[in-house]
Amino acid sequence: MYYMINTLGQQVNGGENMDFNDNLPIYIQIMNLIKGKIVSGEIGKGDKLPSVREFSKKLKVNPNTVQRTYQELEREGLVFTQRGMGTFVTEDKEVIKKFKKGMATNIVNNFLIEMKKLGFTPSEIMDIISEWIEKEERE
Amino acid sequence: MDREGGAGMKNIVEIKNLTKNYFNKRALDSLNLNIQEGKVVGILGPNGSGKTTLIKILTGLLRQSKGEVFIDGHNIGVHTKSVVSYLPDRNFLYNWMNIEDACDFYKDFYSDFDEKKFEELLDFMKLEKNMKVTSLSKGMHEKLNLSLVLSRNAKLYILDEPIAGVDPVARDQILDAIINNYNEKSSMIITTHLVRDMENIFDDVVFLKDGEIILQGNAESLREQKGKQIDDLYKEIFSV
Repeated sequence: MYYMINTLGQQVNGGENMDFNDNLPIYIQIMNLIKGKIVSGEIGKGDKLPSVREFSKKLKVNPNTVQRTYQELEREGLVFTQRGMGTFVTEDKEVIKKFKKGMATNIVNNFLIEMKKLGFTPSEIMDIISEWIEKEERE
Repeated sequence: MDREGGAGMKNIVEIKNLTKNYFNKRALDSLNLNIQEGKVVGILGPNGSGKTTLIKILTGLLRQSKGEVFIDGHNIGVHTKSVVSYLPDRNFLYNWMNIEDACDFYKDFYSDFDEKKFEELLDFMKLEKNMKVTSLSKGMHEKLNLSLVLSRNAKLYILDEPIAGVDPVARDQILDAIINNYNEKSSMIITTHLVRDMENIFDDVVFLKDGEIILQGNAESLREQKGKQIDDLYKEIFSV
């Protein structure tokens, strides 16, 4: 458990002060951090999340903010709370898969918007992507 | 305990139409502010904005010219002083003291002082009881003062510029101690102009300018509405 608190903390903390620089509410930034870890499998299904108090200390944020983060994640079905035990990542593979897909869609959307701004056509974008994938596979 | 009840949050602080004049200068102008139980509230503003005047009224060091102030349901007086733990922005210990003396001093003065909690905090801050007050650096001073203030089981903690002029390591320890000390039954008021360093520990923020509240609200809601962090908002408001 301690390991997880540390890895969760480090990403935001970098050992120094917290760095919530996006123009988003802090609870959303913490949600995104946890979602990323769940989707990538760094936090496994059924794993326990750090306690609100411990996590707020690690991130140097108000405990109410972490509380809100957990509530929102629960509302989205990614975690569940067991009374007196703590907050756990869902056991449902399908839910995690759905989230993974949703996050991928966001990334692809943003990518396409940026590429179109640069004046690339869809077929040019396809070419660039397949070129890159081939190159990566060769290495 | 007349208004105790269910999930309803009660206000620890209620300020209505608070005005303070120094002769013909208006230091605070018709302030309205409620602070709920369990909230950490940041009072933000540059020097001369009225932060210190507000705090002096809450701690009973100054009287208002107009308006009403309630803490824990009472007018400012003996009761409110017994439930407010205040960290002034300057040193309040005597030079002849060592940390042990400072502890005894607090124990004598405040019946809600928790010596065990104080010892834990000293340990956390890496301070020793035999250290002389005069031998402490600025950061150590601040850590000692904060340890004393947080060791009281108060309903309201008022911290005036708790991280001003301390090094980054001490600053982190101070922030940690504040977060550790958080509990749902008490509230905190923290004044600062170092917004970037402290904004993540606030539930609510109040922007004070020339004695008036020009913006107040839940910190997360403000981030959402304005699309920026509180520090950026602060710079925007006070740079003009």
